[in-house]
Amino acid sequence: MTGLLADLLIGAAILALAAGTVTARSAFTATAFFIAYGLLLALAWVRLGAVDIALTEAAISAGLSGLLLLGAASRLAACPVAEERAPGPVLKALIGLCCAAVSAAVGYAILSLPEPAPSLAEEAMAHLSVTALGNPVAGVLMSYRALDTLLEAAVVVLAVIGVWSLAPAGGWGGVPGPIHPRIEQGPLALLARLLPPIGIVVAFHILWVGSYAPGGKFQAAAILAAMWLLAWLAGLATPPRISSRRLRLAISAGTGLFLAIGMFGVLAEGAFLAYPPALTKALMLAVEFALAGSIAVALALLVMGPPEPEDRA
Amino acid sequence: MNSAVSLAPTPWGLLPVLAVMLPVAGMVAALPLGARGAERLTFALLPVGLLIAIGTAAATYASGAPLVHLLGHWAPPLGLAFRADGLATAMLLTAAIVIGATALYARAEFGTPPGTPERREALSFWSLLLAVWGAINLAVVADDLFTLYVALELLTFAAMPLACLDGKRETLEAALRYLMFALLGSVLYLLGVALLYGAYGTLDIVLLAQRARAAPATVVAAALMTAGLLAKTALLPLHLWLPPAHAGAPAAASAVLSALVVKGSFVLVVRLWFGVMPGLPAPAAAQVLAALGAAAIILGSAAALAQARLKLLVAYSTVAQIGYLFLMFPLMTAAIASAEDAARAWTGGVLQAVSHAFAKAAMFLAVGLMAKGLGHDRIADLGGAGRAMPLCLLTFGLAGLSLMGVPPSGGFAAKWLLLTSAIEAGQWWWALVILGGGLLTGTYVYRVLAVALTQGNGDTAAVAEPKGQAWVALALALLSVVLGFLPLGAFGLVQIGRLDLAIGGAP
Repeated sequence: MTGLLADLLIGAAILALAAGTVTARSAFTATAFFIAYGLLLALAWVRLGAVDIALTEAAISAGLSGLLLLGAASRLAACPVAEERAPGPVLKALIGLCCAAVSAAVGYAILSLPEPAPSLAEEAMAHLSVTALGNPVAGVLMSYRALDTLLEAAVVVLAVIGVWSLAPAGGWGGVPGPIHPRIEQGPLALLARLLPPIGIVVAFHILWVGSYAPGGKFQAAAILAAMWLLAWLAGLATPPRISSRRLRLAISAGTGLFLAIGMFGVLAEGAFLAYPPALTKALMLAVEFALAGSIAVALALLVMGPPEPEDRA
Repeated sequence: MNSAVSLAPTPWGLLPVLAVMLPVAGMVAALPLGARGAERLTFALLPVGLLIAIGTAAATYASGAPLVHLLGHWAPPLGLAFRADGLATAMLLTAAIVIGATALYARAEFGTPPGTPERREALSFWSLLLAVWGAINLAVVADDLFTLYVALELLTFAAMPLACLDGKRETLEAALRYLMFALLGSVLYLLGVALLYGAYGTLDIVLLAQRARAAPATVVAAALMTAGLLAKTALLPLHLWLPPAHAGAPAAASAVLSALVVKGSFVLVVRLWFGVMPGLPAPAAAQVLAALGAAAIILGSAAALAQARLKLLVAYSTVAQIGYLFLMFPLMTAAIASAEDAARAWTGGVLQAVSHAFAKAAMFLAVGLMAKGLGHDRIADLGGAGRAMPLCLLTFGLAGLSLMGVPPSGGFAAKWLLLTSAIEAGQWWWALVILGGGLLTGTYVYRVLAVALTQGNGDTAAVAEPKGQAWVALALALLSVVLGFLPLGAFGLVQIGRLDLAIGGAP
């Protein structure tokens, strides 16, 4: 009973925060609502027993995306641009109607789904011993659907290229993002000194347990990126210039290694991304660690943004 | 009934895997290699990619069945499969050729001579070009709806920066609007994917084809996914983002965007309608799709006719030509009784996608050269361009023939197949649309040629035509024409592995 009550409360709060995000007048308020919304959504995933998703939701959508949106909001506040024409009442009503129709259709479809839902969970568990993993989510990510993970890692590399391609004229090759003056006092300065050692240990723990418990490279990478960003915001760490060969290698190394191991599977086992049984565990660990590092660097660079013109920096 | 559709791995099944992984690996390596390295790597990969595409087509044709590879030996539903059918091989070949031609053309603008510092545009262009190539190949060979979602993501995130590569304010705005439409499309597609998994416990297209029933979840999922994919394909009325995005990009980028990127999501609509749910009769919905296509043909062509700028004219022509692609849907669903008519509509649709890719890439490249040579792309002031840039104008004219559907050309074969299929199916109104669209296309192509062939006011004498680039564009235009000379039997290739044939009509 209390469980149901808690679920209802979480659900209502998520809806209220979503409404708040949409209706907020200032970008800052909307972002604050959005971050709270992401955290509550993570809670909802915990209630559904999907701890892996909850971790990702909290780290990526609430944490890093929130930080990104805050940065965008503060930039927009600093140099206000001409507001686009707000949609009129008719258009607003139309958009509302479309959203309501989609929600109603999805709700109807979900209620009509078969009970119990057809699921691959049993099959995923049955083959888990072959994958040398103890966590079925890791099994899906690293073995059954390893291709999707590899391609998503490539999307992360592509995202960095995409963000850098938006660099304004005059800054190519320079230091990514705005330069933050060194902060000596206040909570940020303290946190930036105190948190990173702890964060790094936590990230390694989450990465290591990922093979048999909730966790893994994406969550660990998000935490590592957050630690770097903290030091960056406090002016304690200057990122390398984007022309740096080493920085670029760090971004590509994880995905590159995964691709190479995939091709090795072709030679050794006759299928792309097939792991030789004796090497399964070692190869997966190598990919997990390399990807965690590369994704951490990429995520931090995505938040920092493209290099800015040298004269303004 | 399912014996015809097997997901057992086949010999040569690795070819489609390589077709995807080589460009993706190239994109990943481009970053540390730098702009010059990325350019050289692209040129090293181009012939290999073309050979792989030819090999895939040859192996598919020889065996008469799709090439299948099971990733990591895991079979669906637990694992993922690549399945290169006739449609996929046609698109692999098209992508390899268009990407190759665009790369040759783009060297002049995005090349990095030895000893010069890296430029933002150069690194971005070569890595994004490789990303588009890998993404389009993935979108046509992947057999899993979530892997296809990743393909759409790759395609969007590669195409969007290409649209605003020049960094101007207007193109950034256009790219941002494109991103909004594309993300809305992604969300709707993903919602549908989740519903299908909840209903059937698999996302593999071949397995779904055997399991899907006309349940509420299937219908809602199909509607959401179709709407999302239409936003990405820019079918009217969701086309608003396309003209500014495609017209504002550098010519080489426009060519890839118009020729290939919108075709990726189109192939997914085809997979959804004739792969995931071949047994679900939806004649009314198919009529709606084709009606939107017809509106796109008429309104898009009329808008092209009204443009004052050449690049925007070509972009609106893409809006219209996308419309033709959707005429195959009611013809396929109506023709279940007559296998021959369905086959004709299918070939017509695929041929339209391929011939438009060549013609439109050629047109954008030629128009880009003209805009650069003349210093503007105002149609009214094109006088004298015919004398100054004869190859470019010839390219524009030949590509225009294919777009109009004048024989002999690939565009003619495509439109003729659709037209006869429409008449056979008793849906003569689509035939009228095809003829009307051809007339409108002819008018806007003629309008450009007529002005360009006039004497002009003489200040075009100093304009030199870059011969190498112009020949690349002309070669693409010739290819779109030559497609029309192929005997119809050669198109048997695109019929291989059609899921609606194996399973259709038996829900």
